[in-house]
Amino acid sequence: MATPRQQLVKEVDLPSAREYEAPKDSSRWKLGVKNLNFYYGSFQALHNIGIDIARNKITAFIGPSGCGKSTFLRTMNRMNETVRNTRVEGEILLDGENILHMDVTSLRRRVGMVFQKSNPFPKTIFDNVAYGLRVNGVRNQSVVQEAVEKSLERAALWTEVKDQLNKPASALSGGQQQRLCIARALAVEPEVLLLDEPCSALDPIATRKIEELLFEIKSLTTIVIVTHNMQQAARLADYTGFFLMGKLLEFDDTRKIFQNPSVKETEDYVTGRFG
Amino acid sequence: MATSTYPARNPQLPLAGFYRRIRVWDQVAYLVTLASAILILAVVGLIVFELWISSQPTMQTFGWSFLTHSRWDPNGEKFGALPFIYGTCVTASLALLIAVPFGVMASVFLAELAPPRLSNILTFLIELLAAVPSVIYGLIGIFVLIPMIRSYLVPSLTSVFGFLPLFQGDFYGVSLLSAGLVLSIMVVPFIISVSREVLLAVPVDQREAALALGTTKWETTWQIVIPNAKVGIIGSVFLALARALGETMAVTMVIGNTPKISASLLAPGYSIAAVIANEFAEASGDLYISSLIFLGLVLFGLTIVINALARILVLTTARRSA
Amino acid sequence: MLMAISPRRKFVNALMLSLSGLCTLIVISVLFFILGYLLFHGARSLNLQFLTSLPKPSGETGGGMANAIVGSFKVLLVATSIGVPLGFLAGVYLAEYSGKTFAFLFRYVVDLLNGVPSIVIGIIAYAVVVRPMKHYSALAGGVALGIMMIPIAVRTTEEFLRSVPNSLREGSLALGATKAKTIFAVVVPAAISGLISGLMLNLARVAGETAPLLFTALGNMFWSRGWMQPIATLPVMIYNYAISPEEDLHQQAWAAGFVLLALVLAVNVTAKMIIMRGPAASRR
Repeated sequence: MATPRQQLVKEVDLPSAREYEAPKDSSRWKLGVKNLNFYYGSFQALHNIGIDIARNKITAFIGPSGCGKSTFLRTMNRMNETVRNTRVEGEILLDGENILHMDVTSLRRRVGMVFQKSNPFPKTIFDNVAYGLRVNGVRNQSVVQEAVEKSLERAALWTEVKDQLNKPASALSGGQQQRLCIARALAVEPEVLLLDEPCSALDPIATRKIEELLFEIKSLTTIVIVTHNMQQAARLADYTGFFLMGKLLEFDDTRKIFQNPSVKETEDYVTGRFG
Repeated sequence: MATSTYPARNPQLPLAGFYRRIRVWDQVAYLVTLASAILILAVVGLIVFELWISSQPTMQTFGWSFLTHSRWDPNGEKFGALPFIYGTCVTASLALLIAVPFGVMASVFLAELAPPRLSNILTFLIELLAAVPSVIYGLIGIFVLIPMIRSYLVPSLTSVFGFLPLFQGDFYGVSLLSAGLVLSIMVVPFIISVSREVLLAVPVDQREAALALGTTKWETTWQIVIPNAKVGIIGSVFLALARALGETMAVTMVIGNTPKISASLLAPGYSIAAVIANEFAEASGDLYISSLIFLGLVLFGLTIVINALARILVLTTARRSA
Repeated sequence: MLMAISPRRKFVNALMLSLSGLCTLIVISVLFFILGYLLFHGARSLNLQFLTSLPKPSGETGGGMANAIVGSFKVLLVATSIGVPLGFLAGVYLAEYSGKTFAFLFRYVVDLLNGVPSIVIGIIAYAVVVRPMKHYSALAGGVALGIMMIPIAVRTTEEFLRSVPNSLREGSLALGATKAKTIFAVVVPAAISGLISGLMLNLARVAGETAPLLFTALGNMFWSRGWMQPIATLPVMIYNYAISPEEDLHQQAWAAGFVLLALVLAVNVTAKMIIMRGPAASRR
């Protein structure tokens, strides 16, 4: 179902960077998930998920531990394929194109991910952010430098590290490292940014910094965040989905989920009756 | 460790004598184990001492120039270690040149690509290679490897690279090349075994971080995983080097045992371990014997240096990343 | 700015990953080739006569390596009685009594000993046993191999004793047992499978060693009596026959190689199985 333009981009040998434009699709939806079932071996982790993710908005998924929200997040950039014995059924559409039939390396460049625990490479701060660019063939030093600076600014880290770009990333604090990972992901200009409980290992101040930057960048990219912190979802997200035991029980405007949920289990969870 | 307390001094207690005797045995056990440890230290000291003392005749006659002279003439009482040092270094380098790429690539396959079951079985088999005695490698070397090298490898090498001094001259089977090849087979299992372990130890989240940016599996492995495992891999190379330097039987069976320095790999040569193995039993005359022992001391020294280098590497890298 | 993945990157990816598989295949093939060749050639020349008769004088065909097989066992016996108790007791000291600095230094020295080339150990055994006694002997060979057994014995003993959980020690001490009794009656038995497999691996390693025996045990065409005579051993016989000009002796070398390799690998595999299935495995 790829548009002619997308087909062209995939098949032509591109020796140098060219402008990749998303299709001028006026539809609201960036990602569409249809009848998604996911299995770890014989255990079914996700049951018949169907959802649309809005473009340039923040969508959050909440739910108790082990309910499948992280698994669901990882299907969207096919990270689950690094685990043996997993099976996906259904469709996941990115701008109308089924990601399960796409080249997975290209997909992951378009759909980026930030992980629960920050995982900077054992390189300098600059090289960490530049890595994604370099691996994708961007060689021009000034282009790289500009992109690194831009990404670090967007990740609200530039002022803190601009004089230490050649220091190892491991020298940063936990919160700074996580923002570095966000900068690293942003450098390759992803269309979607997936965040898997990005603040769970951070203190409230570091958490706030990250939440603020997510607000700023949602105009650049579509954000999908999984969090066990309901207040965070309530603060950040435009849309929220509630997962329980591998099923998406409810998905709606954030305000509705928290103030007037339709499903009883959702109400129990958001009012703190369990989880 | 806790020490037990006994009602030792109360003679009214019927078992006081018994407890006292147990106490004695406790002390004895401690002393015996300590004595064993000290004895082992003494053995090592003895080794160093004996090597040093027995090398004295040669050291006093030739001094350190023993290491730079290339004439080895037992009858004329002229001894120079250079041909053996040369042969040892050349064969060890050749062995590593072949074994390291093969070994690291194979460890990549075993750690990153192969399903766990297959990886474990193959690693088990490869570690069996490490258990094969040296003399058996020598057997295979003489009767299988050398004919194959002579029929296939040398003709192709000389036709393509014959202009290099490295591959000139006649080939008689026994040569530096053959020794280097046999050594490479012998050390590859060490490189694979250790490298595979350190690759597996790299945390999954490093790989995931790279993959999530849109890198291919190879790019992730080469640019992220291997650098993370760099220290261990280099350690395995040191381990392989130490093994290659000290290897005796397989080398002496295929190297040609000729104390000459030649630029060509096709020529026969000699290594320190090989000359000791070959000539020690028949050596007569103090200078001859002590020269061989001096060579043993040199080899021992080399091993200590490599050991120390490997340790320093581990320590400095650990400190840098801390 | 960024494009879809270039075909060049995909090609490099596929190429390098295939190369890694190829390298593994080559290494495994070498192993099977060695084993297979030895099996084929060795088994062909292997017969009862080979296992039970003595070598024939040069020029005559036939004969066997019975004395070498027995000789290897005798030398290994001496080696084990020297190296294993020393190494085991020192390992006990390291694991149960020693302080940190001594342990660090001791381990360094033992590592050094492990790295000493086997031929150099042969020189030492020559200097310490053969020279004073003025003749080669099984004892000298045993001393050389025994010294080689020490580092591995120390390392495996320490490793497996340390793997025994402290709760076992505390339980024993709480019942009033002394430290020594705790160690030898509780801790050592708990680690016994690991210790035994370590011993087996150690044995298999020195059983194949040739270099240290060349000028300590030397060799013998006949049976050796006692421990003070030069003695034939399998690896040395293999070496001597392999480099001799006679084809018949080459065949015997293959047969002996087969026997040696079969024994060494059998012991190795058994030892590894014990480690994998033993109680230490679940603790690791």
